[in-house]
Amino acid sequence: MSDAVLEVEGLKVEYQTSSGPAVAVNGISFQVFPGETLGLVGESGCGKSTTAMAILNLVQAPGRIAEGSIRLNGTELSTLNPRSMRRIRWQEVALIPQGAMDSLNPVVRVDSQIAEVIEDHEGRQRFADMHERITELLGMVGLPARVGRLYPHELSGGMKQRVCIAMAIALRPKLLVADEPTSALDVVVQRVVAQTLLDVTQRLGMAMILIGHDIALQAQLVDRMAVMYAGSIVEVGRVESIFDHPSHPYTQLLVSSVPSITERRRRPSDATVREVHHRPSGCVFRLRCPQAFDRCRAEVPAMRELVPGHVVACHLYAGGSGEPAPAEAAGHV
Amino acid sequence: MTEGNGTDTLLPGAPEGGQRRAVWLNFKLVAGASMVLLVVFFGLLGPLFWNTKLADPASSPPNLPPIWEAGGTGAHPLGTESLGRDILALLIVGSEATLRVGAIAAAAGLVIAVVLGFGGGYLGGWVDDVVRVLADSWVTIPALAVLVVLAAALQGVTADTEALLLALFSWPEATRMIRSQMLSMRGRSYVKMARLSGVSSAGIMFTEILPNMIPYVVASFVRAMAGAIMAATGLEALGLGPTQTPTLGTTIYYAIQGSALLRGIWWWWGMPVVVLVLIFSGLFILSIGLDEVANPRIKRYRYRVRRAGRRPAVPVTASAVSAGPATVATPSVGTEQ
Amino acid sequence: MRLRGLNLRYVLRRLGTFVLTVWLAATLIFIIPRLAGGNPIAAMVGKISVAAGGAETAHSGALVAAWDARFGLNDPVFVQYLIFLKNSVTFNFGFSITDYPASVNQLIGAALPWTLGLVGLATVIAFVLGTGIGAFMAWRRTPSLIRSVLPLSLTFTAVPSFMLGLLLLWVFSYTLGWFPAGNAYSLGVTPGLNLPFLWNVVQHGILPALTIVGAAMGFWALSMRGMMVTIEGEDYMVLGEAKGLRPSRLFWRYRVRNSALPQVTSLALNLGAIISGQILVEYLFDYPGVGQLLYQGILNEDYVLVESIVFLLIVATALAVLVLDLILPLIDPRISYLREVPR
Repeated sequence: MSDAVLEVEGLKVEYQTSSGPAVAVNGISFQVFPGETLGLVGESGCGKSTTAMAILNLVQAPGRIAEGSIRLNGTELSTLNPRSMRRIRWQEVALIPQGAMDSLNPVVRVDSQIAEVIEDHEGRQRFADMHERITELLGMVGLPARVGRLYPHELSGGMKQRVCIAMAIALRPKLLVADEPTSALDVVVQRVVAQTLLDVTQRLGMAMILIGHDIALQAQLVDRMAVMYAGSIVEVGRVESIFDHPSHPYTQLLVSSVPSITERRRRPSDATVREVHHRPSGCVFRLRCPQAFDRCRAEVPAMRELVPGHVVACHLYAGGSGEPAPAEAAGHV
Repeated sequence: MTEGNGTDTLLPGAPEGGQRRAVWLNFKLVAGASMVLLVVFFGLLGPLFWNTKLADPASSPPNLPPIWEAGGTGAHPLGTESLGRDILALLIVGSEATLRVGAIAAAAGLVIAVVLGFGGGYLGGWVDDVVRVLADSWVTIPALAVLVVLAAALQGVTADTEALLLALFSWPEATRMIRSQMLSMRGRSYVKMARLSGVSSAGIMFTEILPNMIPYVVASFVRAMAGAIMAATGLEALGLGPTQTPTLGTTIYYAIQGSALLRGIWWWWGMPVVVLVLIFSGLFILSIGLDEVANPRIKRYRYRVRRAGRRPAVPVTASAVSAGPATVATPSVGTEQ
Repeated sequence: MRLRGLNLRYVLRRLGTFVLTVWLAATLIFIIPRLAGGNPIAAMVGKISVAAGGAETAHSGALVAAWDARFGLNDPVFVQYLIFLKNSVTFNFGFSITDYPASVNQLIGAALPWTLGLVGLATVIAFVLGTGIGAFMAWRRTPSLIRSVLPLSLTFTAVPSFMLGLLLLWVFSYTLGWFPAGNAYSLGVTPGLNLPFLWNVVQHGILPALTIVGAAMGFWALSMRGMMVTIEGEDYMVLGEAKGLRPSRLFWRYRVRNSALPQVTSLALNLGAIISGQILVEYLFDYPGVGQLLYQGILNEDYVLVESIVFLLIVATALAVLVLDLILPLIDPRISYLREVPR
């Protein structure tokens, strides 16, 4: 599908460790279409943030993109030279970071931090123009113009995250990557900031990848959802479809345990950690899966489309297995 | 002095839980420790091979050059100075005295630092405030200036008194370091766990925190020792050192007083300087090695820089690592080599 | 303009630290000589009578008593302590014992400009140069050869400045004869604001300055490099990279700026050590500054002079630290914030 803003295919990210490479992201593929919001959900440690960094070609050095292609508006990023990559960053894809608390340069005023990104991509501007533009950007995220004259530490957590959003939309990129943009905020602020983010992207018609661990919060914000487990995407579909018919046993677990998963900043479960290090044969989830059977040990499940737009990687739906779930799911939509 | 050996076994790895790993092969650690140990053995074993009585005045013919210069003699391989003392004997006696002064001062200072740093860092509250303000103020006092007054007032100190005077100024830096490490360690999960499971404060301090503090405490000791020796040599070069025992610093003092520079008797001041350079550089390299062991991020950086040539260089984020999947995937990168 | 960061609590706390430092030092200076026993006046009178060439033992007892009374040594120790503090705070140090007609203030006043010039200039040069080298060492495009060799050469940083001074003196003054070996200017030159005199002063100042710079520079370079390395792991560096900023902006505005500011804090913390090193350098080069004066005081057992100089050095250091601490929140927006928030 060439009309996608972003096409990720077979992306594999490895980290060099003394005991050999550890695979953080294991050959995932997905697309993001213009104007839509894709949720990327999974436990901490499942590879969602690494995926975000890979899209910006910012995987840190012990880690590297081992395989796969990332096409942004048709440009292949994984082979791009650093200079062209620098121009594409922020102009075409912007990041809203996870740690907004510490993501702003502490010794530079907010307005200069927004100005520098405009200047470095579009060249020098007249002061008045720049000032007007920054005021407008701050206004779009609900911040008064005076915030521009402040230093990051003078802002609250929610304000800092708004500044990050204002910065991210400064160049009107086609795609925003928001890496748990609200996870460091307290619950009330979380909602408001998430709403701001959604409003802004809708108003400007940007596509967004929203990364998070809180499936309940995501359900209210995104159009489509991709569920990740231990470096693999196990299910992708429209939100309604996923919630009505969670098909992968892991998704089922997530959806059924919604109250407990809202707990903020979960630590990676032992299972995930183990599975990234010593990937089990066959399906990654089989060790925790209540429905695992022989085939799960032998074979990695391929992505299968259950209904149009809803795909899952699980042997339960391999056809002819006699399981009732796929038939029910297929018949429902 | 055993800390050179001790560090090798005491430092199993970074104090981050789960990252323990033998890193005693750290090159700087070994190189620094060897340099210091060389001087230690020279000072301790020297008397077995060389007559240290030659360090007394008028025990040898004056102003002999080292053996490799014209007029040098095998009886005094490193030459003699104007007071008729053998340089080799002076170096042996002086190394031992200088190292002992440094070690005593650092140890005494460290005892103060551990008590204050642990107390302040662990208890927090006003105790911590007092410790912090005290250490912050004390660290800015020009130590040598005050020591000059003290040593001058005492009118002739012994090596041990000198060491205790130096200890007055060797505690604040170590205290600051231990305190800040305590603060960060107090927040770590295994300490919190111990606390939740009802272990007493003292228990946590000795079973959970102290073992992890060892690299920092050893590093503090090394640094305090270097600082103490530096102050001691300064004091001695001004003529305010111990009067009975020759040290490396007092040897330099006599050389300056004896116009050794003007008269070209370079071995008089040059030889003790060589030994001191060995001591200072050794302690310095050792402390850098200890830092790398205690704080693996410095090492990780080197690793990254080397790779940066091939790929577009990308920085490691502390928080990306600790919050993202990198934690899962890269637990031992820091201590890898 | 709002004086950002300079909130009252911060200023008061810094002032408190300043007062505490001065008081601690003054008290140390007061207590230790008295613990050591011995009567400084008796020692001094002894010296004077020896210097006078006569054994006026009969009179010296009375003399000691008279001076004791005059210096208040018969008062209770606590009263002496208060008087000492009062005199110190008002810079009323009295007279030098050896250079009797000269007051301590006069002697110090003559020596101070030389010290300030030398230590001030050399320290600033070392700080700026060292910080620059440190930044350069952490720069990605720096050839790896330089990056690995430079830190090695900086190992000599660990060696005290006066040893470097000995070496420089021997090589450049006694062996090569390029620079004079001591003093601040040649005897034949009349001080004044003329070119020959200034040139003469510069010539005399080069070696001591080089000593201080050479010994201190590596320290700043290494600590700057350390900061640059630490900074590189910060979140805002990653976001800066993600923003596709020009590499030069990322380097200067992000890494260097964030690394250089803590260097100033470090400067404040190390001023004491810098002053200590200065004393030895002046002593070694016969430089007519405060350090040399201090050494003369020790030599002549002129305790009044020695104690006054040391007290002044401590006050000067504490004052410089105070000024740096007060400037810091103005140039580094993080400081007041960091200090006020309990970690």
